[in-house]
Amino acid sequence: MNSPILALDKVSKHFGAIVIADGIDLALSEGEALGIIGPNGAGKTTLFGIVSGTVAPDSGRVLYAGRDITHISPAQRCTIGIGRSFQVPLPFAGMSVFENLVVAAAFGGRRREREVYQGCMDILDRCGLGEKANRRAGSLTLIDRKRLELARALATDPRVLLLDEVAGGLTERECHVLIGLIADIRRSGVSIIWIEHVVHALLASVDRLLVLHNGAFIAAGDPHTVIKSPAVMEIYMGIETDV
Amino acid sequence: MSIRVGFASRSSRIGMAASAVALVVLAAAPFWGGRDDLQLLSQIYTYVALASLWNLLAGYAGLVSVGQQAYVGLGAYLLFGFAILGGVPPLWSIPLAGVIAALTAIPVAALVFRLRGHYFAIGTWIIAEVFRLIASQVSVLGGGSGTSLPAHIVLAIASTRQLRDFLVYWIALALVVVILALIVLLLRSRYGLALKAIRDSELAAACNGIDVQRTKVLVYIFTAFGTAMVGALIFFQRLRVSPDSAFSVNDWTAFVIFITVIGGIGRIEGPIIGTVVFFALRQTLADLGTIYLLMLGAVAIVVMLAAPKGIWGLIVERFGWQIFPLERTVVRDTGSAGAAKRA
Ligand SMILES: Nc1ncnc2c1ncn2[C@@H]1O[C@H](COP(=O)(O)OP(=O)(O)OP(=O)(O)O)[C@@H](O)[C@H]1O
Ligand SMILES: [Mg+2]
Repeated sequence: MNSPILALDKVSKHFGAIVIADGIDLALSEGEALGIIGPNGAGKTTLFGIVSGTVAPDSGRVLYAGRDITHISPAQRCTIGIGRSFQVPLPFAGMSVFENLVVAAAFGGRRREREVYQGCMDILDRCGLGEKANRRAGSLTLIDRKRLELARALATDPRVLLLDEVAGGLTERECHVLIGLIADIRRSGVSIIWIEHVVHALLASVDRLLVLHNGAFIAAGDPHTVIKSPAVMEIYMGIETDV
Repeated sequence: MSIRVGFASRSSRIGMAASAVALVVLAAAPFWGGRDDLQLLSQIYTYVALASLWNLLAGYAGLVSVGQQAYVGLGAYLLFGFAILGGVPPLWSIPLAGVIAALTAIPVAALVFRLRGHYFAIGTWIIAEVFRLIASQVSVLGGGSGTSLPAHIVLAIASTRQLRDFLVYWIALALVVVILALIVLLLRSRYGLALKAIRDSELAAACNGIDVQRTKVLVYIFTAFGTAMVGALIFFQRLRVSPDSAFSVNDWTAFVIFITVIGGIGRIEGPIIGTVVFFALRQTLADLGTIYLLMLGAVAIVVMLAAPKGIWGLIVERFGWQIFPLERTVVRDTGSAGAAKRA
């Protein structure tokens, strides 16, 4: 395999007594889609924080396209190609949905404002927000806010896309549409890490599945194999033999 | 299918038309108003300008400064200094004071931007106090007791008192219009997109490629530029300056915060509405003495509880209005008939 587009190198992170990561290694190849699951509070979102630069690791390195980015700002990480959605949506509530995307495309994509308009509208259409382009983002329902998170992350024109629970709350049909959209995004060459509790959406979309628990990836590999592994059953049945 | 993007909406078209009419009426005030009216209106303009600038700083960039009196006073002292020591005409001093204040703001920013949250607020206040102490040491400008603008400089502005009143009034109006126009242009620019994003979520702004810190520093410098020009103008109207009046935290920050908060912080219309409310209260209640200040406090508390985003915030939430065309609206061109033509 050629060198990964994104890698974590022995990353550790603790919040007081809570262990989020204990010397974690991770490598995402170009074009790969990786799923991450794990119990509530395992630290999945915090890992995204470490990759996107909003959370500093205690130790270890974050590498992007072979470059050490551990100490560069979230804004720079976005402009070089790491796009992120937030689990708890953080829309620019006082701006229109369209303007939310213009911000992402103009700053995250480092382009002139006028050049991004059409692309932003296309992304909104693909994410099912086309008709709501002129709505104030603060007036959207939770589901639409999640769609906006995905759309805005896409608008930054990422090479690596970090998706944090974008499928929660969708109906079966909407989920199907989302899976199609993710497949589209993958075909355009974007690498993806997707944190999701809606397991069947992950199984349909990712090449590899990782399970985060107690600061380590306790299982990794083919999604269908991993999901049936004893370790995963143990955690999700709640009969774990905790430390 | 192509799209078009414009700024105007129905409410902003009405808003801009109404603003144009208001501007004409206000510009003609010397012909319909008395001396007191002109003075009151000038004061209103300076507060609209100060509050709009503070709103940019606190409402958009999240920089809660309680030390903007540093730049009001700096502007005032620069105007008096230039006039008395250099013989510079006061009119020229106003923009000059703005530029020098902006340059001064650069090292000040390097200092106060090391502080966060409450500490930033306190830091700005301390800087303003330092400025005041320095001003009171400048003996050629009257030291602690201040100084007046020399008669020959005042007379050089215009020959009669009436003409001077008119001129000062028009300058005040022009300055507030220029400052509001600059703020509108700023907010409509790429830079304004960044500011609005920072206002709504700093975390999301940073993760969407915006250099939050750099944007904030630039806003701080721009605000210093505008605030110092307003300060120069205020004390040009008064013809007298002293450290205590020029660097007053009450007059140039406390009232300004009151105005912005009740009008609607983080909205360009907020400070304008807030100033109108503030002066309406002042005109009706000022005779009551100290009770007046208590009433202001009561009004602030009621508004903050009933409408945390201020009067204009409530209106935006309910009706989605904007007086100034700031929001990008996108329209799909259906190809036929130009049905979606926009102004
Ligand atoms: N800034 C912080 N300071 C202290 N503790 C934190 C902080 N951020 C997160 N935590 C804690 O770290 C743990 C992991 O949180 P995180 O949100 O990363 O989990 P998660 O795996 O994404 O969970 P979920 O599935 O519920 O989204 C939680 O116990 C959380 O309370
Ligand atoms: Mg999470």
